[in-house]
Amino acid sequence: MLRIDALRSVYDRLENRVVVTIMGAVAAELQSLGHRPNFFYLQHAMGLASSMGLGIALTRPDRQVVVFDGDGSVLMNLGGLTTLARYKPKNLVHVVFDNESLLSVGGFPTATSTGSDLAAIAAAAGIPRTAAVRTIDEFTKAFDDALSAGALTTLVAKVDAVGPKQFVTDLALLENRFQFQRYLRS
Amino acid sequence: MSPVSVASSRIVYDALKACGIRLVSALPETWLVHLIRMADDDPEMILVRLAKEEEGVGISAGAHLAGVKSAMLMQNHGLLASINGIVSCAQLYRIPLLMLISYRGEFGERDPWQTEGGGVTEDLLRALRIPFSYLDNVSHVAPRIAKAQTLSLSSNKPVALLLCRDLMWEDQ
Repeated sequence: MLRIDALRSVYDRLENRVVVTIMGAVAAELQSLGHRPNFFYLQHAMGLASSMGLGIALTRPDRQVVVFDGDGSVLMNLGGLTTLARYKPKNLVHVVFDNESLLSVGGFPTATSTGSDLAAIAAAAGIPRTAAVRTIDEFTKAFDDALSAGALTTLVAKVDAVGPKQFVTDLALLENRFQFQRYLRS
Repeated sequence: MSPVSVASSRIVYDALKACGIRLVSALPETWLVHLIRMADDDPEMILVRLAKEEEGVGISAGAHLAGVKSAMLMQNHGLLASINGIVSCAQLYRIPLLMLISYRGEFGERDPWQTEGGGVTEDLLRALRIPFSYLDNVSHVAPRIAKAQTLSLSSNKPVALLLCRDLMWEDQ
């Protein structure tokens, strides 16, 4: 499964939801499908996208939040899974695109390439709903199930280690940040 | 009975409340126990107990973008553990943070394991260009917290207040 195909398959579900992504391929590919003011791309601070999602989910229980995370980022903040599990925000869907590599810095393999199982780690951390999927059909169904479940879900999607030709887009970081803030507060 | 001051902790907590703080992230440390309990007992406060202090940067960033005022409670070693998040989330994205940092390793420190962090805390804050001040006397706690928050929000940047032994510890 290609990550951009997975993003494309659920893109229409994101229209009225609060979306936070990690840096690199996830940010560039989601922007390539069409930026929206409700999308925030955390273009650094690896590991903290899920923490930002938690901060939004806890303070805005009226909004559904989707975080698009990655294996390299989750591995930098495994403790964050225990914090997510501790508060179990019902309005948070945590997607982890697992390409088993640090793609944007040359594709060096992460620990998920040698057997570390992020869905199992998330379940053991106490995340109430977890799933691991490998095909677009499985991903789309699991994503829709997570949106309607009313329970915190970590959905690990195994994807190919391929990404866009370039990672820099024409959306300035601060432009994205203030646009997203205005959206969230309006 | 811990010699951590309940009375001073209450003054700090009330000052945070008076500033409209609605979310506090924290990782337990001796000097912060009463503040954390006060947040936990307060139905108006969202307390987020962390596994590592850097998570608090992301949580406060999310809360801020959503329009909710927050504060972070940490030890100075928690500041050390949060540096990347402070630089590459809060500073890169101009996110205000109100950080209350227990200043371990200062004059009077008895725990040998706390003595190294105290020596680097202020230099580190200066290197990060984070404005900071001290909370070392009950008389200035409330105005300093309010002014720190004002600067943080007007500059869209992190600010730090160092919780000092003279304020937090009763057994001198």
